[in-house]
Amino acid sequence: MSRIVTKEFLSENVVKLELEAPLIAKKRKAGHFVIVKIGKEGERIPLTISQANPDKGTITLIIQRVGVTSHKLSMMNEGDEVTDLVGPLGHATKIENVGTVLCAGGGVGIAPLLPIVEAMHDAGNRIITVLAARNRELLILEKEIRAHSDEVIIMTDDGSYGTKGLVTNGMEEVINREKVNLAITIGPAIMMKFTSMLTKKYSIPTIASLNSIMVDGTGMCGACRVSVGGKTKFVCVDGPEFDAHEVDFDELLMRLGAYKEQEIEAYSRYLEVIKNR
Amino acid sequence: MSGFDAEYLKSRREAEWRVNLRKGIKAKERTNIERLKMPEVDPLERAKGHMEVNNGLTKEMAIVEAQRCLDCVNPTCISGCPVGINIPEFIKHIEAGNFLDAARTLKETNALPAVCGRVCPQEAQCEKSCFYTEKLGKKPVAIGNLERFAADFERDTGNAYVPEINEKNGIKVAVIGSGPAGLSAAKDLAGFGYNVTVFEALHELGGVLKYGIPEFRLPNEIVDFEIDNLKKMGVKFIKNFVVGKTASFDDLKQEGFEAFFVGSGAGLPNFMNIPGENYIGVLSSNEYLTRVNLMGAAKPEYDTPVVHGKNVAVIGGGNTAMDSVRTAKRLGAKRAMIVYRRSFEEMPARLEELHHAREEGIEFLNLNNPVKYLADKNGHVNKMVLQKMELGEPDASGRRRPVPVEGSEYEVEVDQVIVSIGVSPNPLIPQSLPGLKMSKWGTIEVDSDTMQSSVPELFAGGDIVRGGATVILAMGDGRKAAAGMHAYIKSKTKPGN
Ligand SMILES: Cc1cc2nc3c(=O)[nH]c(=O)nc-3n(C[C@H](O)[C@H](O)[C@H](O)COP(=O)(O)OP(=O)(O)OC[C@H]3O[C@@H](n4cnc5c(N)ncnc54)[C@H](O)[C@@H]3O)c2cc1C
Ligand code: FES
Repeated sequence: MSRIVTKEFLSENVVKLELEAPLIAKKRKAGHFVIVKIGKEGERIPLTISQANPDKGTITLIIQRVGVTSHKLSMMNEGDEVTDLVGPLGHATKIENVGTVLCAGGGVGIAPLLPIVEAMHDAGNRIITVLAARNRELLILEKEIRAHSDEVIIMTDDGSYGTKGLVTNGMEEVINREKVNLAITIGPAIMMKFTSMLTKKYSIPTIASLNSIMVDGTGMCGACRVSVGGKTKFVCVDGPEFDAHEVDFDELLMRLGAYKEQEIEAYSRYLEVIKNR
Repeated sequence: MSGFDAEYLKSRREAEWRVNLRKGIKAKERTNIERLKMPEVDPLERAKGHMEVNNGLTKEMAIVEAQRCLDCVNPTCISGCPVGINIPEFIKHIEAGNFLDAARTLKETNALPAVCGRVCPQEAQCEKSCFYTEKLGKKPVAIGNLERFAADFERDTGNAYVPEINEKNGIKVAVIGSGPAGLSAAKDLAGFGYNVTVFEALHELGGVLKYGIPEFRLPNEIVDFEIDNLKKMGVKFIKNFVVGKTASFDDLKQEGFEAFFVGSGAGLPNFMNIPGENYIGVLSSNEYLTRVNLMGAAKPEYDTPVVHGKNVAVIGGGNTAMDSVRTAKRLGAKRAMIVYRRSFEEMPARLEELHHAREEGIEFLNLNNPVKYLADKNGHVNKMVLQKMELGEPDASGRRRPVPVEGSEYEVEVDQVIVSIGVSPNPLIPQSLPGLKMSKWGTIEVDSDTMQSSVPELFAGGDIVRGGATVILAMGDGRKAAAGMHAYIKSKTKPGN
């Protein structure tokens, strides 16, 4: 059981929850995730730990409403309890001073990017962050990212904020301007695919944090498997971060659709139920 | 490894009640009794639901079956039991109608008799070395069924015997993993008087007994009952706690834990690494069974999804493969197939499971091996390419080696493939303890008597030491390790040390 301490909507469909989890808060490093399950009938879903406060014994999760469980989480209130919470899982990000790091965050991917930006900045790197969202309303955590970046470039699909264009446009501008030693990309699989193609063109080592489907999160089931460099890896125990240039993003995109039908059906059933309450 | 020495067994056999019981029925009459058949739910009926297949013996049946046992001078059955249960003694208690005493005899050496009676490969253990099998060429005494009967009887009385506990010694020990290895270690350690805490990574206790073995073979309530018994003995359980992640061994030592038992299992599923294995619809048996058993995916009120395949192929021939294919049948598969590269005789699954699977209409494609999978444009698997095999020379395991038949490839339509070709040890613990000595297979190396690892305060057993093995071996390891830990802690705390 883990109590919700604070709750805040960052945008219409993105909610930030601060949860009581003293042990996880103490152990967690940038890049780690947790598995959350709500109620007896709940499913297990992975969520990256966005921030942690070891003194207060809390961790912060940022959740986009996309299906039944994320919706349930977004409906919970301060004082409510999440039935099962386990972590921190996965390997932490390798934090070192490499020089200039170009970070790219898309949509709710900005949430898992934040702790990495923070840690990389603390390690003495020059951080340039490109944030991308469909429009101004959907852009999250700008202030927090700015606090740990030397420069922030904002790209929106509709031009309602920052520059109109894709995340790759913003990145390419930086790459053409100055030497980049490392790129980090987190966001929808399709975005990571294209950012990775871009940095490959310029031979910039790149890390992607993958968001595969998971069940247990402890290496037991293989639901999370991806091909990296032609080898099958388990995202939950071998990742979640991998050399982006070796990841088979097309396969990842395909596998993310494995339960699409069931998920859509379950979500519409769920929305129907809560509408009629 | 056996629980008791020969002298003790002999003295038990000479107890008056056993002598009299033996005299009661002539050996000839005993051997004339036919082995009874376990009552089962009708195959067509049971393949529609998840009810347990076997109904269990009635009291009358159990007594008749117990009469078959000759109470041999040299009980070879015991040497076939990995934990050395005093088999004739418990069976004779049943014959005498003292069912609770039978259960108690079982519990002297077996922490989970209701589980073992259901899942042990008796035909390769006790029943294989039964006098009936060895010398009479007859069907063995149904030791497994009788074990199950006695344990169920005790549970049904509602007040199972809680083993006695030595005076609490105030020493904290940790058990990592709540599978059969961890549970049996926890039981013995609690009995010795330790403060035992079991840490479990998942949100449910029981390890494979919960997430792997299906309800129709091992109902969850049986596992929960055993766990409740441990709670009554004072064992503390903490779920959602991954040792090595949520806290390190050093953290736990700081918390005062003086010794550790690692029973973290062999959770990591193996794949064949053939083309198309990552297509949608190809999944490990662990994933499939976890979704259905642990996450309740087949029940509408549960959130976890599972695909109900129509043409389902399960690759492999072990218990896990049988559990998967029979689950697929229960979820409505029209064709539920086993694909196994050796012949039927070589399949490692329990005989009873093979028999049940056949009754339920499972197809067996033996001497076949998948070489690749094909998919539709969305990446959903729609065909598997199988290659025929034939048996060649015996390999190191003594089984004849399957050899591919060149040019024999053919396609079979499938919409779900469940890969069940074995598991590797869970790497989480070794990753978090770089000093721990491991084998090249990724198992923890231990002393085979004490189960102590290269890290003195750390003991291990079950699948993390053996690779994928059995429930009973895991339990035997747990008990040995508990004794090893007890000796270790005593030697450490001896005055003058
Ligand atoms: C589907 C299936 C059917 C089977 N059928 C049979 C059968 O009929 N007969 C038979 O004898 N055997 C059978 N087996 C094999 C048998 O179940 C195993 O050999 C046995 O369960 C091993 O026990 P264990 O305690 O070593 O590990 P497990 O039962 O695997 O338990 C390990 C537990 O440790 C937990 N864990 C792992 N790492 C950590 C960590 N770092 N911190 C905290 N917890 C952790 C895991 O979550 C798990 O719950 C079957 C196996 C499967 C998968
Ligand atoms: S989520 Fe099950 S192995 Fe990674």
